[in-house]
Formats: sequence, structure tokens, C-alpha cells
Amino acid sequence: MRVYWQILRNEFQTLFRAKWVLGYGLIFLLLTDTLFRFSGGGTEVWVSVSNIMLLLIPIISLIYGILYIYQSRDYLELLLTQPVNRSTLFWGLYTGISAPLTVAFIIGSALPIGWHGGLASGSASQLFFVLALGSLLTFIFVGLGFVMGLYFYDDKIKGFGFSIVIWLFMAVIYDGLIMVIIFMFGDYSLETSVIFITMLNPMDIARILILMEFDISALMGYSGAVFNRFFGSNLGILVSGGMLVLWLAVPSWVGLRIFNRKDF
Amino acid sequence: MERTMMMNPFLISQFRTRHLTTLMSVICLLFLPLLTVAQSSSSEEGKVGLSKLALAIEEADSGATLLLEPETYAINELQINKPVTIDGQNRAVLDIGGEGYGLIVKGDHITLKNFEIRNSGFGFMDDYAAILVEDSRNILIENLTLTNNFFGIFVAKSEKVEVLNNTIISNAERQTTSGNGVHIWYSKDVEVHQNEITGHRDGMYFEFVEGSMITGNNVYSNIRYGLHFMYSDDCSYIGNEFRDNISGVAVMYTKNVIMRHNRFVQNWGANRYGLLLKEINDSVIEFNRFDTNSVGIYSEASNRVQIERNEFYNNGTAIRMMANGVDNRIVKNNFINNVFEVSTNSRSNFNHYEGNYWSQYEGYDLDRDGVGDVEHRPVRLFSLLAERQPLALIMLRSLMAGLLDTAERVFPVLTPKNLVDLKPVMEPIQ
Repeated sequence: MRVYWQILRNEFQTLFRAKWVLGYGLIFLLLTDTLFRFSGGGTEVWVSVSNIMLLLIPIISLIYGILYIYQSRDYLELLLTQPVNRSTLFWGLYTGISAPLTVAFIIGSALPIGWHGGLASGSASQLFFVLALGSLLTFIFVGLGFVMGLYFYDDKIKGFGFSIVIWLFMAVIYDGLIMVIIFMFGDYSLETSVIFITMLNPMDIARILILMEFDISALMGYSGAVFNRFFGSNLGILVSGGMLVLWLAVPSWVGLRIFNRKDF
Repeated sequence: MERTMMMNPFLISQFRTRHLTTLMSVICLLFLPLLTVAQSSSSEEGKVGLSKLALAIEEADSGATLLLEPETYAINELQINKPVTIDGQNRAVLDIGGEGYGLIVKGDHITLKNFEIRNSGFGFMDDYAAILVEDSRNILIENLTLTNNFFGIFVAKSEKVEVLNNTIISNAERQTTSGNGVHIWYSKDVEVHQNEITGHRDGMYFEFVEGSMITGNNVYSNIRYGLHFMYSDDCSYIGNEFRDNISGVAVMYTKNVIMRHNRFVQNWGANRYGLLLKEINDSVIEFNRFDTNSVGIYSEASNRVQIERNEFYNNGTAIRMMANGVDNRIVKNNFINNVFEVSTNSRSNFNHYEGNYWSQYEGYDLDRDGVGDVEHRPVRLFSLLAERQPLALIMLRSLMAGLLDTAERVFPVLTPKNLVDLKPVMEPIQ
């Protein structure tokens, strides 16, 4: 455990020294600040932050995760020669990357509240919701990045390429396919199967959770009663939250497995 | 014209001659003990009390004011057909006992004020009401509390009826077993002001009503429409609030309606509308606020309606404009934070949009005159898709939907080509 904390602390120091993470936090800081200035600090700010967050966090975390594996190859191999448990090392590195990114995101998004006169009433829960989802997404996609980096350890081009394709697939293509399904088989009762399909994509889960938080009026106006009942209910929140946790667990477990078995 | 004289706590009467006054006061004094006895006892004697009240009305001269004791009176289909004022002094309660009508008003110059009526009967064949006003003129209903009635106030074939400052509360659960708060049918010059109406089927219902004025009412949580009117020309609705009624507000088959400064709030749910317009012609909808409705305004077959300077805030769809209406003008409104600003069902547009503020506007204002330099297309392609396949809404806020919208905005193929605001303003209109 001591070793784990040491690695974690080391990672934090290295990352903040590299200013990379600071820049990342600055993006969110500028974003939130601008939104506060233009829209006056209500719900709209968090809607927009969540919009950006849904696209930005996955790609940055993914790239950052894979980049870290490639960049610190020497450091990694040096550490591996030390009498350190591989699992400890993996968790140390994984959380050591994800946590600073998360911290940068949270601080960057929340800091402008300070000088813009606090939160509008009722948006505290929305802020919490957005920040929690963003943090979860960071951990999920850093994990995915690690998996890609470790799997394509010697083939950087492939690793990067696949990472970008993964992001593109989850962000655009997957949704496009769902749209195609909806319009091709619209005559059948599709709600349950569409819910099931969206549950397989973490970006979709996060997006729909945000949708339920902010756009409930529009959704309720239409006959999509089944998914409204599902996502609006505690069960829906529980299941989608569970799926996100699964998305968190599986990549990191796969990453750990590869890391443990890999002949570096 | 006529002087008012205080006779005793029960009766104030207006008389022309002193002689009659004396006679009347003697009669009243005779009734007084009887009445008190009746009120304080069981239902059998309650009927005596009822007859006393009826008798008192019968005995009262035209123009008399009846002051009710602070007691509970049992009434049932009590007829009032001469010009009297009944004043409950804020303490009297008329209990209908769950059967039939309460007061039946048929006459001229009748005033009801300051008492409570409760527990009318309810039925599938008859519209039992706490107060039925029929074939009457110059009626004033003021400061009443109507609790747990089938219909609250039912006005039919009357003129110059004023319904003022009443609290009308019921606990309707199903549409078939509930009545309307204020129901006005085939009447003229009706005024409904400052009432609070909740728990009925329709809060206010007007059919074949002409030249009426409805202001300052607070209508909430009714199980059908907050306000429902049909064939009611030349009416004005000003400063009312309609909140959380199951189907919002529906107005149909009417011309020359004026709706100003009303608030349509929180009508959420499937097929719920802030304001539903069906075949409304030559009307004005100004300075209203539509806040958090599934659909702010739903307009079908409505022509020449002026929708100006309204606030559309946080709605699912701000305006749903069906293409079977023409020459509606949507100008100088604020559309802020709606998911869909305008949706429609056709590629053609026969309405005029100009000078609105759209929070989804993405244009710029280089010459700094406050008007955007490029036009705004308030119909998103995605709203069209969602219409065809409601399930597609699950893709809302995805990058995919954004790409589709942007592509469509640049080069409209599916959305109405000429549904544009050529002069979108950059700042919300005050």
C-alpha cells in the first residue's frame, strides 16, 4: 500500500510539473467562465459544460492514457526491475493518471463559481451530477487508453489509430447505427432493445443520464414512454450507473491482466 | 337609489317606506329564534333551517340584503329568483349534503358573497353545481369558497355575470366523475377575476360566451384543461396563471381572442401543451410566459394570430406550428433554452417569423446593430426525425444529431426552406 501511495504521489508530481494537466484544467476553467459570463449562471452553464465534457473527456483521457504508456516506457521498465508487485504498480500508474485529470476537470469546472457569485438555486445537484459523470468518464477512458497502449505496446501507430477509431465509433458511428436501426425497424416496438444497445456504450449512457437530468420536458412530450419510465426510474439510474461501473471495471481488469502477463 | 338600513343581525333590508320596514323587522325577529334552533341541531331540523333560509329569501323584498349567521346551513337546490344580496359575513357555510344543486340563481341583480358552499351532488346525467346561474342578468358572485363540488359555478344563458375573488377547490380524480370549476355556457359579458381554481376537471370552461373578460385567476392542478374555451369570440384573458394542469390550456374554434400577460407553467408530460390553439383566428397572444412545458404553443389550423413579445423558457418544444395555419406572425419573442424552438409538420411555411431572440442562434452581428447578420432557422432536422420516430429522441445531444442539424442548417433539404427569421436579434428582448 505504501508503494502504491508513493507511485501515486510521484505521478501527481510529474504530471503537474509537466503542465499538461494544468492546460487541460484551464480549458474547462475558460469554458465555464465564459459560459457564466454569457448565460448568467443558471442551468444552461451545466448543460453546455456537459455537452463539451461528453466529447472532450473521452478523447483526451484515451489519448492521455495511451500516450503515457508510450512516453514513460523506460520509466515503466525501470520500475518493473524493482521489487514491486505488478498489480500495485498498475493501479498506482492508472490512478496516478486518472486522478490528476479528474482533479483538473473538477477544479477547472467548479472554480469559476467562486468569482461568479455562487450557484443558482437548484443547480447544485446538476453540478454534482456533471462532475461525477465527468470523473467516471475520465477513469473509464484512461483505462481504455492503458489497455490499448499495453496491447499495442510496440506498435504505436496502431495503438493511436485504434484509440481514435474507438472514440469515433463510440461518439458518432455507434449513434449513427442506432439511428439506422430506429428508422429501419421503427414499426416494431424497439424501446427495450434500443435501451439495451445504448447501455453498451459508456458515452451514450453518460449522455442519456445527462439528458434525463436536463431535458426531461422534451422527452416526456413524446411517446417514448418506455425509456422514459426506465431512465426516469431509480432502477434505470441504478442499471445505467451499474453499466458505467462495469465499463470502469472491465477495461482496468483487462489492462491489469495484460500488464501482469506481459513480457516487457 | 335605495337606502340601506340595518334591522337586526339577520336581515338588512332596503325599503321604500318606513311602514314596510317596521313590518318586516317584526317578521324577522319572529324568525330569528327558529333559525338558530334549526342550525344547531340534527339533519331533520336542518330541513327546517333550509326552509327558513328559503322562506327568508321569499320574504325578503327586492333589493334586500340577507346576512347569514356564522353557522352551517343545509341547503338543496335553493332557488333565488329575486334581486337580493346574500352575505355570509365570511363565516357562514352552506352544505348541500352530497345531492343535487346548491343555489339556483334565476333573476336579476343578485349578489352572493362571503360564504362557503360545499358538497354538491355529482352525476353522469346532470351537471350538479354549487351555484347554478340560469337565465339571469347582473349577477355578482364574490368572495365565496366552493369546496368539494362537482361543478363550482355553472352559468348558462345569462348576461353580465361577475365572478370575483372566489376560491374553488375540489378533489377530482377522474375526468368522467368530475366537473368544471367555472363553467359558462351561452352567455354574454361575463367577468371572471382573481379566482383560485384547483382540483376540478377544467378549471374554467367557456362555450358560446361572448365579450368576456378573464383576469388574474390562478388555475392549477386540474385534471384536464386549466382553461378551455370554444366558440367564445371577443374574449380577453389577461394576467392569469395556468400551472400544472394535466392538458394545459386548450382554446378552440374562436376568433378575436386577446391573451396577455398570462403564465403557462409546468405542463409536463405526454401530449401536454402550455397553450393549444385550434382554429383560432384573428387573435392576439402577447406578453405571456411559457415556462417548462412539453410544448409551449401548439397551433393547429389557426390563422392570423399575432404571437408577440412572449417568453418561451425551458420548454421541450417552444412552438409547434402545424402547416394548416396561415399568416400567423411570430415576432419579437424570446426563445430561451428550449430543446426545440419551432417544430412543424410540413416543408411549406405560411407564417411570418421576425425579430425574435433565439438562444440557439449561431450567427454574428458584425455591424453591431443588434440584429444578426445571417438568418436563423429555428426548425432543427432532429426535431423532424424525432417526430417521425419518437424513439430517436434518445439520440438528443449526441454528436451525431449535432452533425445532422448543422448539415441541414447549412443546406436545408428536409426542413422548411422558408421558415426563417431573417432578423434574429442578438440580445433577449426586455
